[in-house]
Amino acid sequence: MWEYTDKVRKYFTDPVNVGEVEKPDGVGEVGSLACGDALRLTFKLDEQGKIADARFQTFGCASAIASSSALTEMIKGKTLEEAAQVTNRDIADFLGGLPPEKMHCSVMGEQALQAAIRNYQGLEPLPSEEGEVVCECFGVTDQEIERVARGNNLHSVEEITNYTKAGGGCGKCVDKIEALLAKIWSQPAPQAAAPAPAKKKLTNIQKMKLIEETLEREVRPALKADGGDIELIDIAGDVVQVSLRGRCAACAASQATLGQFVQTKLREFVSEDLIVEEVRP
Amino acid sequence: MSHQHVVYLDNNATTRTAPEVVAAMLPFFGEHYGNPSSMHTFGGAVKAHVDQARQQVADLLGCLAEEVIFTSCGTESDNAAIMSALRSFPHKRHIVTTRVEHPAVLNFCQDLAGRGYEVSFLPVDRQGNLDLDQAAEAIREDTAIVSVMWANNETGVIFPVTEIAQLARAKGALFHTDAVQAVGKVPTRLGETAIDLLSLSGHKLHTPKGVGVLYVRKGTPFVPYVMGGHQEHGRRAGTENVPYIVGLGRACQLAGERMVEENTRVKALRDRLEKGLLEVEATMVNGDPARRLPNTSSVSFEYVEGESILLMLSDLGICASSGSACTSGSLEPSHVLRAMGVPFTAAHGSIRFSLSYYTTQEEVDYVLKHMPPIIERLRKISPFWARHQARACATPGYVQP
Repeated sequence: MWEYTDKVRKYFTDPVNVGEVEKPDGVGEVGSLACGDALRLTFKLDEQGKIADARFQTFGCASAIASSSALTEMIKGKTLEEAAQVTNRDIADFLGGLPPEKMHCSVMGEQALQAAIRNYQGLEPLPSEEGEVVCECFGVTDQEIERVARGNNLHSVEEITNYTKAGGGCGKCVDKIEALLAKIWSQPAPQAAAPAPAKKKLTNIQKMKLIEETLEREVRPALKADGGDIELIDIAGDVVQVSLRGRCAACAASQATLGQFVQTKLREFVSEDLIVEEVRP
Repeated sequence: MSHQHVVYLDNNATTRTAPEVVAAMLPFFGEHYGNPSSMHTFGGAVKAHVDQARQQVADLLGCLAEEVIFTSCGTESDNAAIMSALRSFPHKRHIVTTRVEHPAVLNFCQDLAGRGYEVSFLPVDRQGNLDLDQAAEAIREDTAIVSVMWANNETGVIFPVTEIAQLARAKGALFHTDAVQAVGKVPTRLGETAIDLLSLSGHKLHTPKGVGVLYVRKGTPFVPYVMGGHQEHGRRAGTENVPYIVGLGRACQLAGERMVEENTRVKALRDRLEKGLLEVEATMVNGDPARRLPNTSSVSFEYVEGESILLMLSDLGICASSGSACTSGSLEPSHVLRAMGVPFTAAHGSIRFSLSYYTTQEEVDYVLKHMPPIIERLRKISPFWARHQARACATPGYVQP
């Protein structure tokens, strides 16, 4: 039995701002069915550039629903610059605190907010340099662990698991997280990530190689974040045939994943003309 | 029904102590508090009551009184059974169990796997059933013990333990079953089986927490787990927990008398509950309906999360449990549902209702009245529900309920 504050219980029992804003200016989606919680955040700006309305849809436990609802309350009336400053810690504080094991719910709120703001700015939901996947069960990268560790002053693997879920599945990555934490706290905060490489005219061999590299670097880690994987089957002209493995193959949203995500990535990094097709195994 | 009234449908977690059991126990606190090992009559008289309880347990299990060892809980019995087999056959380094055991067996075996023992974890199919051929294949000449639960605590699925016990015997391995959920609900008649060791827990049988039983077939090699004094014929040291042992004896007697009702009236209530819940859209039952305990129902409400459901039920005084990640104490959903290959859409929204002799139709109907609006409320919040409704789900392995 979790010890929830009255405010968590209130926002869970009577959540405000449930649903979707009509014609939203920004949409942020994080989490997945496989992971056990997911949040879709939509907002609309007024003429002054302030958030006029924000709504959420959440699949998850009581603290996930309460964190999402609280987040929408907190960002209403703020400019995007102000909203961008809202952290997971602020969400937890707003609710009078969350059980340590449930802090990842507040992190999910912060991530959805960042994703929605990036969406408004016309950017990909996640920064293009998202690092190396450390926890394969929940698809958590080293950069995310570093960001959350620094933002919340976390020093133990248990805390990292509570905040990001990393290490909470099979447990294989616990040693890696331990080493990563040691590295994080022995170094100063990193500088901004390097920009994406510029596009150039490619030979066929170069194109194939670049497609492979892009799938490996840009696509696979993100699919693994949802417990899935992607395999390159064939490249015929501008048609790239891929097959989805694992959880992605069983995911109802796989078509959308391919169309919107894989193709966008390949077009961004390789060529505007590429068409992605899924081959069912 | 008032808000204070508790509708307790979590009897696979623990049960209400039967008033008859409380009454049987009470004299052994303030009145007959002697030590059954004492030489004086005051203590010695208590021994007769422990012996009577032993006979009551034996009557329910269908075994000899001397085959019953009292322990502190089901987990101790499980650990003791496995450890005894390994110490009795030190040259045998292999164990066979299943992927869906209770942590009392599963985690113990995983620990042993890290200590030089080889453990085979048998899989289950989508219905939660074991495959007898796979079990037969897994048991080897160097298998010390095969441990398979009689019935699963989450789904209620009953395993063919008598058949697997025969397979184990044919290969010279001991057979243990964690029967914590099965005793009192299915007839055991151990004397007619090849089962060598069996675990039972008092608090699943309307006794208080803190007492269990390990059945050890006569002639089975046994090395004690708790060592010290000569109690339980030197097989389990420690002064007997007399009030609880007496209570467990009475509870076993009651269970024997009530087994028919468990399989008729209680089963009918479970079926009524299940039938009503399945009327909620996108809902499925987990576990083979044809091979299940009469009191257990694991129902998945897709696209909503179990902890949220439980909290809303709890506010209405309804007690149940869930196999969702948020309630399992880990971050992943129940190992049982995952072993069965239950889709994530359903595993996270699984709710286990477990009824008892004390469950009434009024209580079942109360749940049926309140469950659909709870699911509807949570689905209105869920981003996946809208999508599910927007298109026919083409997920492979998805079973339309």
